[in-house]
Amino acid sequence: MSAELSFANALLSPDAPCPPGLRAWNGSDPAKRFAIYRNNVVVSLVDALADSFPVVQALVGEAFFRAMAAEFARRSPPRSPVLAWYGAGFADFVAEFPPTAGLPYLADVARLEWLRVEAWHAADADPLPLAEMAAQLADEAALPTQRLTLHPALRLLRSAHPVVSLWAAHQSENVAAALGAIDFADAEAALLVREGLEVAILRIAPGAAEFIDRLLRGAALGEAAQAAAPFDLPATLGLLLRSGAVVAMTPSGRAA
Amino acid sequence: MTNANPPRALARGAAPATLPARGGVGLKPEHFRHILETRPDIGFFEVHAENYMVAGGAFHHHLERIRADTPLSIHGVGLSIGGEDPLDEAHLDRLAALLARYRPESFSEHLAWSSHGGAFFNDLLPAPWHAGTLARVCDHIDRVQERLGRRMLLENPATYVEFEASTMAEADFISEVVSRTGCGLLLDVNNAYVTCVNHGRDARAYLRALPLAATGEIHLAGHARDVDAAGAPLLIDSHGAPVAQAVWDLYAYAISLTGPQPTLIERDNDIPAFPVLAAEAHAAEIVMARHATLEAA
Repeated sequence: MSAELSFANALLSPDAPCPPGLRAWNGSDPAKRFAIYRNNVVVSLVDALADSFPVVQALVGEAFFRAMAAEFARRSPPRSPVLAWYGAGFADFVAEFPPTAGLPYLADVARLEWLRVEAWHAADADPLPLAEMAAQLADEAALPTQRLTLHPALRLLRSAHPVVSLWAAHQSENVAAALGAIDFADAEAALLVREGLEVAILRIAPGAAEFIDRLLRGAALGEAAQAAAPFDLPATLGLLLRSGAVVAMTPSGRAA
Repeated sequence: MTNANPPRALARGAAPATLPARGGVGLKPEHFRHILETRPDIGFFEVHAENYMVAGGAFHHHLERIRADTPLSIHGVGLSIGGEDPLDEAHLDRLAALLARYRPESFSEHLAWSSHGGAFFNDLLPAPWHAGTLARVCDHIDRVQERLGRRMLLENPATYVEFEASTMAEADFISEVVSRTGCGLLLDVNNAYVTCVNHGRDARAYLRALPLAATGEIHLAGHARDVDAAGAPLLIDSHGAPVAQAVWDLYAYAISLTGPQPTLIERDNDIPAFPVLAAEAHAAEIVMARHATLEAA
């Protein structure tokens, strides 16, 4: 085994002995010195996860979160030096983590926070200019055939749990009161859009989420609206346009 | 709104080729707004390359605006130049794209490894100083400089252990790398101090043994104090405190050997308000000015 391999293996195994071949100038036990590396690695990865999943941490408490994140870090260390993308598998890990079985909504809160990270770092795009938008909307006959190009930062999450309310509660002044007002039987859909440089997380109706999901898959406006469950189409379109989430509108049959 | 093009001043080729011999500060997202609102007179900013390897959003928005009128150093923490794995070509591609976008005056990386078997440990890990590591590090630096089309600076490490397999002194190892690859030296004075305390060495002698003529930048940072299993001091390169007095003293000595150098204040943990870091950058400029005065006298 190479020196680097035994060093690497011992970094992620809390009970592994100090790797061989290390020494200290004063003959002291190198295990104490090696422990600094082991600690740095796990703490830095847990810190990275804590940055990306603040509401999950708030829901379970810091000590529990750090223990859970350390477990994840040891099992699934990053595969890339770009740490912004570390944590893509964290929600699935949370869903399967036995100690959180009593918090069925926790994995979806993690999914929502991960989508927020994706939206935060997604590519920039200019919203459709108002004049162009007005011109496209004026042609009512062509409206159902319009295909919308949505902003690269836009994300959707449909959950069986009240994920938007849980997230929003942790942004409020009185978290306990906000949590107390949540009906945990509610299913919620989230729309994430970038407003300026910030990511907004909005609760939308299930039908509106289905509609936007179909738009994302390339359906024309009419097709997407008809296929979805009842929802307020003008309000949903207005929301997308106001939040700068529509980058282009192209009538079907024309090149995008 | 799109960030596809570099700032106009840079596109005109107005950027100087090197960092100024002034105090600089590591750019943190916490300080974006303050910097853009107050436009402090800072010699240069430095960012970690990997933090900007994302498509768009707030990080690029702010960096483009801040970079437009301030020299920039891009400092990599993920290439694993000292590692046994082959260099990650996809990561090199990302670096090349980032450097093309921002045209920094300096690019630097570490004499350390951080990945093994495809796993990334997010720490700067130590390697034995021997012929095998030397050949590997030189190959990696050759490839980096070839792919990026520029000279890189290599930073001396902060370490907590030594290897029985080492056959060379660290400073000799670094001198050999600089001589074989033509890379420059990023002299991290805090790392030099931490490493010398941790291994019972004389920090001034260590500095004198480094290839100081190749210095392109200096780093200063704070460290934390611990003790080893025998009760001897064990310093940890925490980047979480002000620069220690002993490191300021060693810095003044380094400047007496190298002359004025672009000098970065690094702070990655317990980040204070921006003016606190700006004051440390200013303190470095005072050390350099004092040296210049003594030289002239």
